[in-house]
Amino acid sequence: MSGSLRFDPIACDGHGLCAELFPEWIRNDDWGFPILDPRPVPAGLEQHARQAIAACPKLALSWARSEDGRERRGRAAPRARA
Amino acid sequence: MSPAAAQTRREAPPVAPPRFPRLLEGVRPDGRALTLAEHLELHGAAGGGGRSGRGAELAEVLVASGLLGRGGGGFPAGRKLQAVASRRGRAVVVANGTEGEPASGKDKALLRTKPHLVLDGVALAAAAIGAEEAIVAVGRSAERERAVLERGLAERRERRLDAVRIRVESAPDRFVAGEETALLQWLNGGPAKPTTVPPRPFERGVGGRPTLVQNVETLAHVALIARFGAAWFRELGTPEEPGTALVTLGGAVRQPGVYEIPLGTTLDRLVATAGGATGPIRAFLVGGYFGAWIDGRDGGVRLLDAELGERGAALGARAVVALPEGACGLVEAARVARYLAGESAGQCGPCRFGLAAIADAMAVLVTAKASPAVVERVERWLGQVAGRGACRHPDGAARFVGSTLEVFGDEVELHLRGRCSGRIHGNLLPLQSAQPDGWR
Repeated sequence: MSGSLRFDPIACDGHGLCAELFPEWIRNDDWGFPILDPRPVPAGLEQHARQAIAACPKLALSWARSEDGRERRGRAAPRARA
Repeated sequence: MSPAAAQTRREAPPVAPPRFPRLLEGVRPDGRALTLAEHLELHGAAGGGGRSGRGAELAEVLVASGLLGRGGGGFPAGRKLQAVASRRGRAVVVANGTEGEPASGKDKALLRTKPHLVLDGVALAAAAIGAEEAIVAVGRSAERERAVLERGLAERRERRLDAVRIRVESAPDRFVAGEETALLQWLNGGPAKPTTVPPRPFERGVGGRPTLVQNVETLAHVALIARFGAAWFRELGTPEEPGTALVTLGGAVRQPGVYEIPLGTTLDRLVATAGGATGPIRAFLVGGYFGAWIDGRDGGVRLLDAELGERGAALGARAVVALPEGACGLVEAARVARYLAGESAGQCGPCRFGLAAIADAMAVLVTAKASPAVVERVERWLGQVAGRGACRHPDGAARFVGSTLEVFGDEVELHLRGRCSGRIHGNLLPLQSAQPDGWR
């Protein structure tokens, strides 16, 4: 199992590909932005989740946990170098 | 006395702990800021802010005091300090005095009258986390407050009081500019807009360094707790929410302004302190524009997050507005909803489009003969915006509008029939009138 989907609301532009590819887990709100099921994605639906993640033009979707169980960071806004 | 003699540090007798008020003790009737000399005479020396290195003692006494952040987040101050102190790397202190909430004036009042309490807190926190750099952030329009701070810093530098370098920065006058990650992004050269976390400020903040962001009032309490201890701090307030807090009270009271109250004071008591109401109160807006309404007959409610939470409200920005009978809460709230929509950073779809849609629907409800479908749409959208942005702006706006529809249900009914009970007009909930500032 690969865990829950991680979503970056700032990166998202409402293209809608994720909801189209993974309607079992993602639906659109009244303005075309995705509402995600927060639970971990069951093994049987993993393939659709991968397709949704890969299709997002803004890379707004990712796994909250990578397959080896380590937590991966989502995209944050660019920061000035120290 | 010669200037040289005046500058010599004398052994001053210890100062007795203040009973009440605490932060506002010694505030001058003419509102002029206390000079450094006056401040030290009144409160005594802070101790520990000058030369000491990482101080576990300050963190421990803060944890024991139970001090919670006074900026709206309510996070335990001691734990926050410990989190930053435990990171590797040269830390930074950011004192947040931006106060973007239009109904709130407590931070500005504190900075104008008792700047050295805040600066003591900054220096003490900096010493405790090993920070060499500190920034006090105010809003760009807070020119008077900035001038007072600069004068205070000059006084302290002359006395070589603080080991930390403190500077003042003036951030854009936007509602969300004071949100922790927004302020940090701005300090780092970006727009004053919230960012996604992780990393959190205590991990990577100003220049990528561990950063302690605290509200200026919180730091003022730190300055007194460092002097008088945790047990003293707990003498007022409740065990879960100890101490005193500054509250801005506006609306239909005789003396609107900033007041210091022991936490747990009732709304009625707060109003009495402000000279009483000017007439019957229809409802209290508690927590500013992210807050909720409390019915005017429920003035016995205590100002505590625990008690307010049971009514869907919170202390939030600690701004209370008393709406009089005769004013229409719906009309006032629709103005605020429009303002909140305009203050969206515009980064997240549900906030950017949802708050605008809610404001449009509220405008229809208020100004035209709306059908019940308009109210249904608002309710639906309130559920769709909350929790779906990078920050709590849509959540706060949704709480405010949702509470409005609930507490002013009678007004909603009237407006659906094309009528309004409002006799008093004129923008009782304050909003900034000027053109909105930029994001840089």
